[in-house]
Amino acid sequence: MTRFRSWYWFGLVVALLAIAMIAVARGAVSVSLAGVIDALRGRGDATAIAIVRDLRLPRVVLGALVGAGLGASGAALQGALRNPLAEPYLLGVSGGAAVGAVIAFALGVSNDAMITLAAFAGGIAAVFVALAVARVGGRSTRADVRTLLIAGVIVGAFANAAIMVALVRAEPNTLRGALWWMMGSAADATWRRVSWLAASILLAGGALVYWAREIDVLSLGEDTAASLGVDAERSGRRAFLLAALLAAATVSAAGLIGFVGLVVPHIARRMGLRAHRPLVIAAALIGATLVVAADLAARTLAAPTELPLGAITALLGVPFFLVQLRRTS
Amino acid sequence: MIEFKDLVVSYPGARLNAVDGVSFVSARGKLTALAGPNGSGKSSIVKALVRRADIPRGSATIDGRDVRLLSYAELARSVAVVPQREEAAFPVQVREYVFLGRYPHLGLWRAPAKEDEQAVDEALSQAGVEDLAGRDTDALSGGEWQRVRIARALAQKCPALVLDEPTTFLDVAHEMAIFELMSSLARSGLAVLLVSHQLNLVARFADTIVLLDRGKVATSGSPTEVMRADRLESIYGWPVVITRDPAVGAPALVPLRRPVQL
Repeated sequence: MTRFRSWYWFGLVVALLAIAMIAVARGAVSVSLAGVIDALRGRGDATAIAIVRDLRLPRVVLGALVGAGLGASGAALQGALRNPLAEPYLLGVSGGAAVGAVIAFALGVSNDAMITLAAFAGGIAAVFVALAVARVGGRSTRADVRTLLIAGVIVGAFANAAIMVALVRAEPNTLRGALWWMMGSAADATWRRVSWLAASILLAGGALVYWAREIDVLSLGEDTAASLGVDAERSGRRAFLLAALLAAATVSAAGLIGFVGLVVPHIARRMGLRAHRPLVIAAALIGATLVVAADLAARTLAAPTELPLGAITALLGVPFFLVQLRRTS
Repeated sequence: MIEFKDLVVSYPGARLNAVDGVSFVSARGKLTALAGPNGSGKSSIVKALVRRADIPRGSATIDGRDVRLLSYAELARSVAVVPQREEAAFPVQVREYVFLGRYPHLGLWRAPAKEDEQAVDEALSQAGVEDLAGRDTDALSGGEWQRVRIARALAQKCPALVLDEPTTFLDVAHEMAIFELMSSLARSGLAVLLVSHQLNLVARFADTIVLLDRGKVATSGSPTEVMRADRLESIYGWPVVITRDPAVGAPALVPLRRPVQL
């Protein structure tokens, strides 16, 4: 096992800042790095200032926050569920959020904040449905983690089916909106959306970091966790809900961006991290870097056409994951 | 000292109580063995002790304190348990793994102090796994992994230690090594409660055997008192004879052959 060295932190932060700088500079109109710095400080060309401050920066920050949320969520979930294949979308969050958004579209809601809220509510509702299903399916009153995972997948599948049915007769506008959720995109970034997402991620991510040692113990299994003074059921549910909260917030802000939550924790572990406090933080940094890079690729690879961000992360994530799977087996 | 008084454990939806009025004591300085056929309630007693199962009647106490009145952390500072199964999803370095035994003392935020490092070092050496400290848990053999798990429990620094079937899947040498380790831990003053199927080893090492049958104590006492052919035959439903272990003179069980209708 590789040993994690403290300078890796420095590397992670520098990598994120560097990719963010490049992402702000590159695009339909390229701005030099010096130009970016000037624009950030409010100096120089007014067009450059507008592009950097109002268009690119919110988009880059939104991408970083989405990646951070998904990475932290995945790291916590894999530990708490003791499953290296667990990822936030398995909980039904994604399907639920999409249902919420599509319902809002279908009801003719056009207010951006309301749609975000509807998606968030849909994602959280799906998680509670999954929890309830797990409780019914489990042998006792306790919601077993494995049952929970299966329940999440089933709820997600049901949500997807519901979307398909709802979209059969959908207006083109609704269709486009729904498609946007399923492909994932950071294009509609506004500072308002960014600040809302930042608040959710700081809150739920902070709580995960606060309770991270419990996840260390939980990852040894429920019986061992109980013998080490952790109420396995309560702690497991808490980690599960916080991870779901993070995922729901990111989905409501940028749609479905697959594989980040699955792959990023593995990268952090490969760097030698095991304890969940540093692991969750590192996964957030790596996830942020990855999504900002993927969004940069989405904007620039086929310019002026924009590629769907969720498809880029999946295209990067699947091969990476296959290599990982081959190495471990 | 761990004490069970008229303990009843039941699971929701089950017709019979898994444990039905069990009383016995696991005293400090003694190795107490809990034996009995599959499904006789051994693991349920361990579950009740760490509050993983409800106790509708009776009590489980550690040094006189009812486990239901202790916080989870207090409980984990009073009794260390090595559960039957544990599958770690992600490999960890052995020393880090043993350090998790300090969680009941550290809680969510306290940084490890010198005493925690010391407790871990002591636990590693008591369990004889100092040499493995730098290895990863997925690179251990079955016997090493069991000793490392015992080290983790020892790092909790509890007056009582409970092991649920610690020698399943182990070969003779590793099994003996674990029993010797438990015996020496008991002599060092711990209350050691061992759940085991290995009646012959238990008869050689344990001070007291508590034999369960269908949720009740069938018999308990010294190995010579408990290891009686008629009793074991009726509990296990299989013909047996009791001989003497030629090396140490402890009672030894030899199951006889009989035709089985398949």
